Amino acid sequence: MLLDLVSSALGMPAAGASAGGFAGSGAADGGLSSWLTGGWLSTPVVVGLGTGLLGLASGLVSPFAVLRGRSLVTDAVAHAALPGICIAFLLVGERNFAALLGGALVIGLLAAGTITLVHRFTRVKEDAATAMVIACYFGLGIVLSSIIQDLPGNKAGLDGFIFGKAASMTRSDLMLIGGVALACIAVISLLYKEFKLLAFDRAFAQSQGWPTTMLDLGVMALVCACTVVGLPAVGIVLMVALLITPAVAARFWSDRLATIVLLSGAFGAVAGAGGTTLSTILPAPPAAALSRGWPTGPMIILTASLLMLASLLLAPRRGLIARALQRARRFSDPEVTPPAPEVSP
Amino acid sequence: MTLALASTLALATSMLERVAAFPALGTLRVTTDDLWVMATAIACGVACGVPGCYLVLRRLSLLGDAISHAVLPGLAVAFLITSTRDPLPMLGGAMVAGLITTLLIAALQRYGRVPADAAMGVVFSSLFALGVLLITWVARDVDLDPGCVLYGQLEFVSLDTRRVLGFEVPQAFAWLAIMSVVNLGAIALFYKELKIVSFDPALATALGINVALVHYGLMASVAASTVASFQAVGSVLVVAMIVAPGATAHLLTDRLGRMLALAALLAGSAAALGCLATLALHAWFELEASVAGMVAVAAGAQFLVAMVVGPRHGIVSKLMRNFRLALRIRREDVLGALYRLSEAYESRPRRPESNNPANAPDLGGASTRLLHAGGEPVQATLRAGISGVLGRVALASLMRDGLVERVPVAFAGSLPEAASPSAPDGASRGSSPGPSATLRLTRQGLERARALVRSHRLWEGFLESELGLPPDHVHGPSHRVEHYISPAMRQELAEQLRQQQRDPRTDPHGKTIPDES
Repeated sequence: MLLDLVSSALGMPAAGASAGGFAGSGAADGGLSSWLTGGWLSTPVVVGLGTGLLGLASGLVSPFAVLRGRSLVTDAVAHAALPGICIAFLLVGERNFAALLGGALVIGLLAAGTITLVHRFTRVKEDAATAMVIACYFGLGIVLSSIIQDLPGNKAGLDGFIFGKAASMTRSDLMLIGGVALACIAVISLLYKEFKLLAFDRAFAQSQGWPTTMLDLGVMALVCACTVVGLPAVGIVLMVALLITPAVAARFWSDRLATIVLLSGAFGAVAGAGGTTLSTILPAPPAAALSRGWPTGPMIILTASLLMLASLLLAPRRGLIARALQRARRFSDPEVTPPAPEVSP
Repeated sequence: MTLALASTLALATSMLERVAAFPALGTLRVTTDDLWVMATAIACGVACGVPGCYLVLRRLSLLGDAISHAVLPGLAVAFLITSTRDPLPMLGGAMVAGLITTLLIAALQRYGRVPADAAMGVVFSSLFALGVLLITWVARDVDLDPGCVLYGQLEFVSLDTRRVLGFEVPQAFAWLAIMSVVNLGAIALFYKELKIVSFDPALATALGINVALVHYGLMASVAASTVASFQAVGSVLVVAMIVAPGATAHLLTDRLGRMLALAALLAGSAAALGCLATLALHAWFELEASVAGMVAVAAGAQFLVAMVVGPRHGIVSKLMRNFRLALRIRREDVLGALYRLSEAYESRPRRPESNNPANAPDLGGASTRLLHAGGEPVQATLRAGISGVLGRVALASLMRDGLVERVPVAFAGSLPEAASPSAPDGASRGSSPGPSATLRLTRQGLERARALVRSHRLWEGFLESELGLPPDHVHGPSHRVEHYISPAMRQELAEQLRQQQRDPRTDPHGKTIPDES
């Protein structure tokens, strides 16, 4: 039911149900996207484009979270989206996507705020605070969703949300993900200087009078937005990978933030589109009970991890192979002066 | 042990029956199955919460989260090899996966120079994704699906039972009870090693303890508890149980032994509370809530309560402590100002009419007189000291303790003790006593004030002689430090001044340093 509810809220045809009740999908079909209705935009293309754009958006945001040392706060934000969506559903009680998104956004930011507050006002360290927030908010989400599932008139499970179900993405989802990607690009290009300062030297930013708390919240709001549109595609548990792995991979290739951000966006996009493609072209698993093929979300994450692994090995200066070669050269030719120690990230 | 547990359960049942006799609780029907659910949750709490304390202390909490996600491929591979869902191969697979997780995170950190948290995020999400794919590949068995790994099937533990020592016991409970005992035993055996490695790894290495071995032993225990738990309760509850009881206990005590015991208790009570809340929701509101989720919420609620009202590290007690310190400082400021005022009064230029009670000096007169002796700024200090909420509380408590008293202005300066007049109280607010009353130190108050002013002026002398601060720079620091100087330290300071060939009776401003009373 919650899956049904959200999938139809997102304009996706829920399993077995016809896509009909959602006003948004009709609007999307009739309005802006009418030029998109050509035959070439078949479902696999929509899904590939959608996951690619999702990867692009989260890839662009991810360096600002990772370099700021808040990688796992994004995990907390993603987990907190579940109670947010449930609360929004209980309050609004209708299949209103804006409300669900708002709920996930508010509770996600609340989770990030809880971590900061617990860390600042008690002796509990940031790691314990993050883990607590992940477990307790997600626990609350599971309680609420189990209650909602039991309400009359709803039947489907939660799995689609927690593990994602990219294959059922529709054009209106694509529009939405595209919108979020555009918003991320806009915000990042407008606030690039501020985010950069925040990522590298928050204390200095504060001393210069920048509203660091608001900027932190801004980054987290972008994270929330990516999470919310990403949930139906890759799911809560794996969303964190799209928000960390591209930045970690990009970091191997460059020391300049601008390059890292662009590369990270590219890696995210490649992982999204590539993972989706892989999951469709690979032969279906032999034991798949329902012969649905490979799940898309995990495939996307593994593609991202492979990109990261390749970067770890192959990157020109920080990669393992490059470093090993450097060491070998130094060993064979003692005349070469050892290079200056690398700056740790 | 099982016997003891069974009798405990019997006791719990009879107690619950008694509780159920209350009219309001009458609708709360507790069945044996519910008790088994509760017992399983409690065993899970003890199995995870106690080793979790070490993760919390060593700032590795998120490693618990990471491991609990990353054991999924281990389960899948174990299933792939043995084609059974027997607990033992599953346990083995999960432990190997847990160790591989920690090794991968460490390797990524070391060789890739990736920050610890990002490395953790990359590794556990990759392994979880791998696990989901592997399960999709191997699993014809619906029971081993990723969803049930996340939130478990605590509600149905009593469907899968096995006979242990003649009792029909849910399999999940049996495994978790064994895990609790193993964990508690291992911690009892290696208590000393774990303690020293947690608090001072460098010292542990120097003492010849294999830190890495202890670390990986702990990780293996966490991984084993995780997998023993999440067949029944799901990984959400596992994470909550690993971190929350330890973090809550850490707020409540500073001793490791007590922290472990408290964590076990808190984990048990969170489990019981969560189960009861689910039952209550079912009985009273006819809502079906997930038990595992509810236990996680209960653990979070316990943390919240401890965070607000904890005895030493709680927010309320911290605020109280801050308030008490602020009050003490304000009281001492008032005492010091009264002392200085009386000093100024004593050294005022004597005029015959001021001793004549017939023309009792009004406020203006007193101010004028004190102005001659430099009393005006002190008076301002005093006025600021007793204004505001804190000032009123401070003054009231000083008067209640008999350190300061209110006297008619007429008696100002006519005291047998050296101390005496002071500031017109209430003049700034124009409240009841009016300008006809004033404050003065009692004999007790005088002693306190003398010690304080002595501290202040000795410190001024010290700052001038030892640090070479100019006299006009020594008042500020001394004003802050004076509240923290003990009699022993005053003696030491005086000794120091004497050694520096300075007069320990005069401060840099030429004022007399009062004697220790």
